[in-house]
Formats: sequence, C-alpha cells, structure tokens
Amino acid sequence: MFQNVTIKDSIRENRLFLNRSTVLFIIVLLLTTGLIARLTYLQIIGHEHYADLAQDNRVKIAPLPPTRGIIYDRAGKILAENKPVFNLEITPEQVPDLDETILALSTLLTLDKQVIDRFHKLRKRSKAFNSIPLKLRLSDEEVALFAANRPRFPGVDIHARLMRHYPYKELTAHVVGYVGRINERELKSIDPRSYRGTYQIGKNGIEKTYEALLHGKPGYLESEVNVQGRRINIIERVLSLPGEDLHLTLDIEMQRLAHEALGKRNGAIVAIDIKTGGLLTFVSKPGYDPNPFVYGIDHKSYNALQYSHDRPLFNRALRGQYPPGSTIKPFIGLAGLRYSVITAKQKNFCPGYYQLPNLEHRYRDWKKWGHGSVDLDIAITQSCDVYFYDLALTLGIDRIHEYLSLFGFGQRTGLDISGEKQGLLPSRTWKRKARNQAWFPGETLITGIGQGFTLVTPLQLARATAIMATRGMNVQPHIVDTIGSGVNSVPFSPPATEQAVKNPPPKSSPWQRVIDAMTHVIHGARGTAKSIGKDISYQIAGKTGTAQVFSIGQEEEYDEEEIEERLRDHALFIAFAPVKDPQIAISVIVENGGHGGSVAAPMAGKLFKYYLGD
Amino acid sequence: MANSPYHPLSFDQQGQAGNRSLLQKIHLDGALLLGLLTISAIGFLILYSAGGENWELLNRQLVRLTVAFIGLFILAQIPPHHLQRYTPFLFGIGILLLVAVLVMGEVGKGAQRWLDLGFFRFQPSEMLKLATPMMVAWYLADRPLPPSWKHLFFAALFITIPAFLIARQPDLGTALLVASSGVAAIFLAGIRWRILFAIIASLCSLLPVLWHFMRDYQKQRVLTFLNPESDPLGAGYHIIQSKIAIGSGGLYGKGWLNGTQSHLEFLPERSTDFIFAVFAEEFGLVGCIMLLFLYILIVTRCIYISVKAQDTYSRLLAGSLGITFFIYIFVNIGMVIGILPVVGVPLPLVSYGGTSMVTLLAGFGILMSIQTHRKLLPT
Repeated sequence: MFQNVTIKDSIRENRLFLNRSTVLFIIVLLLTTGLIARLTYLQIIGHEHYADLAQDNRVKIAPLPPTRGIIYDRAGKILAENKPVFNLEITPEQVPDLDETILALSTLLTLDKQVIDRFHKLRKRSKAFNSIPLKLRLSDEEVALFAANRPRFPGVDIHARLMRHYPYKELTAHVVGYVGRINERELKSIDPRSYRGTYQIGKNGIEKTYEALLHGKPGYLESEVNVQGRRINIIERVLSLPGEDLHLTLDIEMQRLAHEALGKRNGAIVAIDIKTGGLLTFVSKPGYDPNPFVYGIDHKSYNALQYSHDRPLFNRALRGQYPPGSTIKPFIGLAGLRYSVITAKQKNFCPGYYQLPNLEHRYRDWKKWGHGSVDLDIAITQSCDVYFYDLALTLGIDRIHEYLSLFGFGQRTGLDISGEKQGLLPSRTWKRKARNQAWFPGETLITGIGQGFTLVTPLQLARATAIMATRGMNVQPHIVDTIGSGVNSVPFSPPATEQAVKNPPPKSSPWQRVIDAMTHVIHGARGTAKSIGKDISYQIAGKTGTAQVFSIGQEEEYDEEEIEERLRDHALFIAFAPVKDPQIAISVIVENGGHGGSVAAPMAGKLFKYYLGD
Repeated sequence: MANSPYHPLSFDQQGQAGNRSLLQKIHLDGALLLGLLTISAIGFLILYSAGGENWELLNRQLVRLTVAFIGLFILAQIPPHHLQRYTPFLFGIGILLLVAVLVMGEVGKGAQRWLDLGFFRFQPSEMLKLATPMMVAWYLADRPLPPSWKHLFFAALFITIPAFLIARQPDLGTALLVASSGVAAIFLAGIRWRILFAIIASLCSLLPVLWHFMRDYQKQRVLTFLNPESDPLGAGYHIIQSKIAIGSGGLYGKGWLNGTQSHLEFLPERSTDFIFAVFAEEFGLVGCIMLLFLYILIVTRCIYISVKAQDTYSRLLAGSLGITFFIYIFVNIGMVIGILPVVGVPLPLVSYGGTSMVTLLAGFGILMSIQTHRKLLPT
C-alpha cells in the first residue's frame, strides 16, 4: 500500500471484489470446459473401446472362499473345526405366494416377527432371483423338520455355511484362540484378493499366528450374466484351496487334567516336552468359551468377560508376569557354582534373618528361628532364604543378570502364539533407564530369592526348567508340531540341539549338584514337595516357591487366615522328570494359592503321573 | 438509512414491501431454489437407477433432503449481520469440537470423525465447512482491503488450524474442502497477485512434506490415481470400472435404467461417490453437459448474489460458498472421470448420503439470506 490506510476505501474494494469475482468465474468456466473435454474424450473418442470393455464386463466373477484348516491336538483330536451352520433361505421369484409361504413356515418353525421383518427388508434391497436368508442358524431338529416338509415349499431351501467351532471351549481358548469378523484395521493389512468371500480372520492364539497357513486360497466361479445380472451359464470354476491343517504338540487330555487340577483357583500350568520344546499343556485359568466370538459376541456378554474380577480373557500362561519366588533359587545356586563364589559343600549359618553391614533392616527368612548350618543342598531342599541373600550379594546383580539371561529370563521365548510378555530380569542399566535410580545392594538380596523387581511368565519358568533339565541345551518352546496332514505334512520345529548355557561344560558337576538338590525337594526326607514323590517308579526334580503379593512390615506376622484371598501369596512350583532321562518340564502358578509345596506341587504331580505313569 | 441500515421496517419505509414476491418475504431466492430442486429431482432419478430400483434408498434420501431443505429455510431467515456477529463463537465451538473428536479418536484408535452425543451423531468437520469461510470473511470484513501481510497471516491461521485438525482425523478430502473455502474468501478479498503466486510457489515446494505426513492408504490413492492399471483388482478397480461405464455411455447414453455397468454391480460405490458414472452411462455426453450446465447456473447465481451483496462480510462469504459448491462438483466429477485422485467427495444433491448434503444446503440458506435481506438503496 502506498499510504497507511486505516479507513476502508469502499469504492476501491468494490472494484477489487468485482475484478476477483470475474477472475474466479472465468476459472470456473475453464475448469468446466476441461471436464467436458475429458468427458468428450471418454464418451466420443473412447466410446468404442469402452463399449467393448463393457461388453466383456458381462462376465461376472464370484469368489469361492476356501475352507479353513483344521487344528488337531497331538493325538489327532479336533480342537478347531468347521461346522456347517444351516440357514433357511427363500428365492422370492420361485415362490408362488410369498405371504402364504411365510405363514406356513412359521407354523412349522416358529418365526419371530423380527425375523420376518428383516427378511422383507432384505428382499426390498435385492433382486427377485437372489436367495435371501429368512432364519439363521437352524437347529438340527428344525433342519430335519423342514427337510421332511420341503416339497410343500418351492423356492425355499436350506443353505449350509461353514463356521468355526471349538469343541473343547474354554480348554483351548488361550491356545487356539478364535476367529472373528474382519475389522477395518485388519482389512488394511490383508491382501483383499485372497480374502474375497471370507468374512472371518484369526483374532488371537494359533488362529492368529498361523492365519496365513490356515486360511487357504480362494477359488472363483466365472459365469456369464445377462443384463439383469441373472447367471446364464458357468464359464469356469476354479476350486478353492483349503487351508493347511495344523497338528499341535498339545495333549488335550493333559490340558483337561491341568485345568481340573487348578479347580476353582486362578493360575497357569505349562508343561513342555523337553526333547522337542513342544508344549504339552498350556493352561490359563479361568478360560472362556471362544464360540460366541465366532458369531460376534454381544456387548453384555463381552463386558461380563472383560470386566470380570478373574479376568478370563487374560492369558496368564503367556502374559501373566509373576515374581518367581523361591523357584529362582536353583538358578542362583548354579550361578554361584559357575562363578566359583561357593562350593556345594560350603556351609553357612542361618539365624533366621540377614542384615547388610551397617544397616538396621533385617531381611527375614521364612523360617523365623532359622535353618542353622546350611549347605547348597539344604538351602535348596528347605528353601533357605538367608543362604541365597548372602549368595546373591556375593554374586552381585551383574553376574546374576548375565547368568539368568542364559535361561531365557527377561526375554520372550519366541513361542508361536503372539502377544507374549517378556517378564523382567532387573539390571543396573534397566533400573537407570526405567526408574532413573542407582541399584541398591538390598535389591540384589531380594533378587536372590525371586522377589523385588524380577518377573517371570509361567511359560518362561517352564522353559528355564527344561533348560536346567537338559543341562544347558536350548529348548525352543513351540505349539505347532506339523503343518498339513498325511504325506504332505511338514514337521515344524527341529528338536533342540543348540547349547544355551555355554558354561559350565555339560558333564561337569555343578549341574548335578543342583539337580540332586532339586531331586531332594521331592524325594528327600525334609523336601518341601515330598508329598508328590511317593509311589512313583522314577524321580522328579523340582522346586517350590511362594511369591509375595504384598509386603508385610518388619515386625508383623503373616497370618494366612486373616489375609484376604486376593492378597494371599502366589503358590509356585517347577519340576522336571524323570531325573535320569528328562522328558517333561512343568511350571505351575496358582494365584493367591498360598504355599507352593502344598498347593502347586500336587497339581504338577498329577500331570507327571498322567504323562510318565506311576 | 445510515442510522439503521438493517432496520426491519426499512422496506416499509421505502414502500417497497408490496412489490416483493412471496418467496422474498420468506427469504428464499427463486432462481437458486429452482436450480437446487431440479438437480435434486435428477438426483432421485439416478439414485433410483444406481441403487437397483430400491425404494427404501430413495425414501431415506428423501428424508435427508427434506431435513436439509428445512435447514436451508431456517438459515435463510437469519439476517447476515446476525450471522456475522456470532461467527467467532461458531468458529471457536467448531474448533473445540474438532479437538474433542481427535482426543476421543486417540482413545478409540483409528479414524474418528464422529462425535457421539448419545441421541445423535455429529461430524464437527462439516460445521467447519461453513464456519471457516465465515471466520475469514468476518476477520477481513473490518480491515482495509487488499489485506496486508499481517492480516493475511491471521486469515491463513483461521484456515490452517481447522484444516490441520481435520486432516489429522484423518479426512484429507474434507480438510482440502475446508481449506479451499477459506482460500476462496481470501482471494475474493483481493489478495495481491504477486503474494498469491509467491504462496502458491512455496506451497508446491511443501508437497513432499505433505506426502511424508500422509497415511498409507492416502498415498495408495494418489499412486493408484497416477497409474490405475497397476492395481486393477484393488484400488485401481474403481477408476477403471467408472471409465468403462462413462465411456460406454457414448453421446446419448444407454437410457435410464439401462446402464449395464452399474446394474451388474461392476461399478463400486455407485450410489455414493461414483454416482456420476451411472448418470454418464445412462444419459451420455449430452446429459452430462446438461447437468454441468445446471450446476454452473447455480454457481453463477451464487457469484451474482455475492457481487450484489452490500457489505464486505456478505460478499466474501457468498462468493466463497459459491466457489466451494463448484469445487465439490469439480473434485467429484474429476475423480470419477479419472483426472483427480479418489478423495471421497460426494456429488452435491445427487450422491446418496447425509451429512454433507445438510451442510451444503445450509450454505445455500446463508446465500439466500444474503440475497433476500438486502436493503433497498435509494437510487
């Protein structure tokens, strides 16, 4: 501007506005001319070309969705199958009198007004030659009833659709997972071509991890249609390729046994085949029935599951992170031998408490009056806390972290079910990063008895036990055994061969010392889990644990009777058997169960008896 | 006159009320109304064909259109200076609602455009389609024109804030429409050509940055637009099928209800965004030119109203609304005939669907109000 204008010059502004409006109007006309030019190009110059293409468009391709692969347990029992679901459908143009037919049908099959209304609504939207569903999910009796009366109803037919069904319901929910309607987010990540005509996708568990294999490849039906869209003839039919069947390592009977063993308690039991890493049992309790999810669970039922105090949707075996309690002690003991800070025979005195130099705080032993003179064997067998306080302090957190990492603590195991939690194996670096604090010696102390920051999942615990049993061979947990059925089947995972724990060498004695001590936990006279060692022909090595859920004050007593159920300690137990030739490793966590020896160990005992016999 | 420029009795004082038609008394503009109703009628014809002769679809569209016309009627009764006074509040509320939607979207994950008020669902971005040009017009109305750099800066802020919030939803199509309605108002205010070109040049250089912030599916749309044949079964399918439908229509079209492409369900979204392809197939080039002519008549009437408007606010707002209407048409048809990327903009008054129609006709209500609340200047 030439001068500092504060007063509006309305004549000039009017002129300016007129000028700009004219420019815009000319732009509008130019752009419209552009549209017309393009339309002319398409409809005059390109007309013949597009008319030909339109003629070709008389061919219609309808997808033929593939059949989803079946999931079996190790004995060949079906865990996930495709069950036909029967719908009653009507093709309006083939029905002489629609209202009369529906009336007759409703005397036969009980049809709600709602159902009939929905049918009429759908009918208005589609063409007379299309088949429209009237009643969905007929019962077997209804199917039989209609089949007997079918000649009376021209144009009415039963159509079968395959729907996923999980016969073992809550037993397999946390392993197999379920399928559900494809949602918007999933729609973006899948190849739409291979999902034409498919409306469901694996939502979690095996169904999700192996979606690509289970799904299969769709076929299509190429047919010629007339101008109304009615099919005139079929040009080509390309059959769909069914999805691969999956055989799991899971033993459904053992799964049921573990499920029942937990009774009314919440918790998790994992049993692993040491030779192959295959999971035999993978129980998280409570479970839930996955079948309603297939049809779309209603809000009320879903919220009931979602907000239940027992959290049935939560996969404890995979995602539950618990303090390991005393079950960590054999691993700490092994670390002590490995770094030669103790010998197996070396004795320590346990007065019932432990004090850091120059500090008042007393770290208590679970046995108030102490264990007296304790060597490694007694320390593990009777679960002496003071011994491991001292050992942990001597080892230091760095060496504990390094050695326990070899057993897979603090890392995902890589199980083929997604969503696994990694637990927590604390270290100086971790604490600096997560809490911005230095590491304190007292924290090393309680790490030695599996309290404090350390968190493990039941799966990690079972795997670490298996690594212990093999004396340091890597055990890779997995749940799918073979893919496909019959001659084309492909074994999924090779047996474990890799050395996970490089030191000490496999034959040297430290392993044997610790495993001996773990054997005494079950078979020794004063073992904490001796109840399960009776009347069996083989030996079990194990360790009990009790993890504090909340801490009690220095001078307070822990009185089981007075403590609310949900604040009670978690009971833990890890074990493998037979000691001579280890085949199976088990971890048990019973939430608020109390003592590992009396609550968790007997559950594992039942599974050993099932798998290895008496 | 000067003392009470908008005095309601001013007509009577001039003795002119008797000369006004009934339509003017109820503040409707005959020409605009006729144009809108004609196109709506054509819209019903095409929708009947595109929807597979489904009466229910028409019923629902009729209900929406009725609601939208009631909205138009109500807005036409509000004199422009009232609108002007409440503009900043409307704009502020709109921005707050957008933020609310974004926050709730964060919680709900994924695209979130709706605000669920329990009894009905509301899309705040629609409100900004009107509130943004109103805000720019309100801001520039009291300031000397052509706007100075400082005033331009604030006007631009009133455009970029809502556009950015809407783009985050993410709803790029609406964000662009909102932005262009504001830009149109600035342009009409008489921004200097050299400033305009400088801004255009710098915006072009920002394109790569914009590309960086686009979601994958938005990038996919642009890429598919550049080369539809690259994905004939997926994203390019829309464009290919719609070109076949349009091209096979030829000069005179296949006739009403005789379009094979649309009826055999080859053409996706044929009742909504791609409905123009159905029209082009059945009515041919002749029909297309006639429909475009009708649309341009309406746009012309809008520009006429804006030129005749008596204050800067009304002028800028009316012009901007008219241009936005044209942008709808251009973007939708451009996308259907394959010269613009698929951005999900409906064809005004023809496409099946609700919210945008209500907003659009509300805009026409404002235009009619501007036209019919004019005071008669002494000659």
